[in-house]
Amino acid sequence: MIRKITYTIFLSIIVATLILFFVAFPFGKNKMGVGKYYLNNDIKQTGAANVVTAVTLDYRGLDTLGEVTVLFAAAAGVSILFYLIDQDKKKRERQVYPNFIVRVGSRIIFPFILLFGSYIFIHGHLTPGGGFQGGSIIASGFLLLYLAYPGERVNRKKLAVTEGLAGLTFVVFGAIGIFTGAHSFLFNFFPKGTLNMLFSAGILPILYIAIGFKVGSEFAGIIDDMMCQTVCGGEK
Amino acid sequence: MIFYVGAFILIAVGLYAIIIKKNLVKIIIGLDLISSGTNLLIVSIGYVKGGTAPIFSHPGILPQMMVDPVPQALTLTAIVIGASELALAAAFVAILYKHYGTLDIRKVRGLKW
Repeated sequence: MIRKITYTIFLSIIVATLILFFVAFPFGKNKMGVGKYYLNNDIKQTGAANVVTAVTLDYRGLDTLGEVTVLFAAAAGVSILFYLIDQDKKKRERQVYPNFIVRVGSRIIFPFILLFGSYIFIHGHLTPGGGFQGGSIIASGFLLLYLAYPGERVNRKKLAVTEGLAGLTFVVFGAIGIFTGAHSFLFNFFPKGTLNMLFSAGILPILYIAIGFKVGSEFAGIIDDMMCQTVCGGEK
Repeated sequence: MIFYVGAFILIAVGLYAIIIKKNLVKIIIGLDLISSGTNLLIVSIGYVKGGTAPIFSHPGILPQMMVDPVPQALTLTAIVIGASELALAAAFVAILYKHYGTLDIRKVRGLKW
């Protein structure tokens, strides 16, 4: 009974919120506040063709650093939780192995997945891509390897080193900005270059490459933790 | 307009799954549906009628023709956070399953109210 009453109150609050929302934010109308400033000053201030990248890494770069930290915390949490339940149980060996086509095909396609992911995060300031998307694509390549070769693992130490170096690159390039120019964290101190060229937008491509490596290695670590619950043998 | 409706349907289905379903995996799927619906909602709030993507991909695109970039940047953040949150929730479900031997939320003591 009390549960039903609670649900009813909860649902009516949600419906009222929706109605208020529809009235306050009509679809397709120009509601830009700070977005207009970003659009008008993007080329002059950051030099990045993709305004979303400029917002993510330049205007709100500190938020992105926090987001990467949240991602790291989640990956560490997954690792710790699986370590806790790992201790009492012996690993089961998987009996069914993937067939020949999957094994050989994954071996052929894996470098191209890495290449595609790198392309996406290197061109993050020009095209609708970036470090997060490219890193996820790279991690999906690792997932393909895990599916094709049960019983194998990636080297977790190398993953951890990659992740740490990438995070360090982000922080160091942000900290250099404190000592140059505007004396602010993540100040864009490199020359802006010409619009729509690969070497443009100052430090934004470097930051996105760092984020790509960090996200890729973190997601690969999560995939490794999850797959190793059932599939892979080998020691950590 | 169809984006608003789709986003609300996604959120409603996710809420239904969280409230009604008793299986922990289905509850996690509901969480992910809510997160996807919220992302769709945020991006569609930033849409301007007739606008293009906020990328200066070739000369002739003016800032007046673009949609709002801020919700898209926020959504970029939210997608990654959602993925990592999903992984953490799956890890919690795995540890609960190891501990209780069931995925039924009614049989997990200490969570009932």
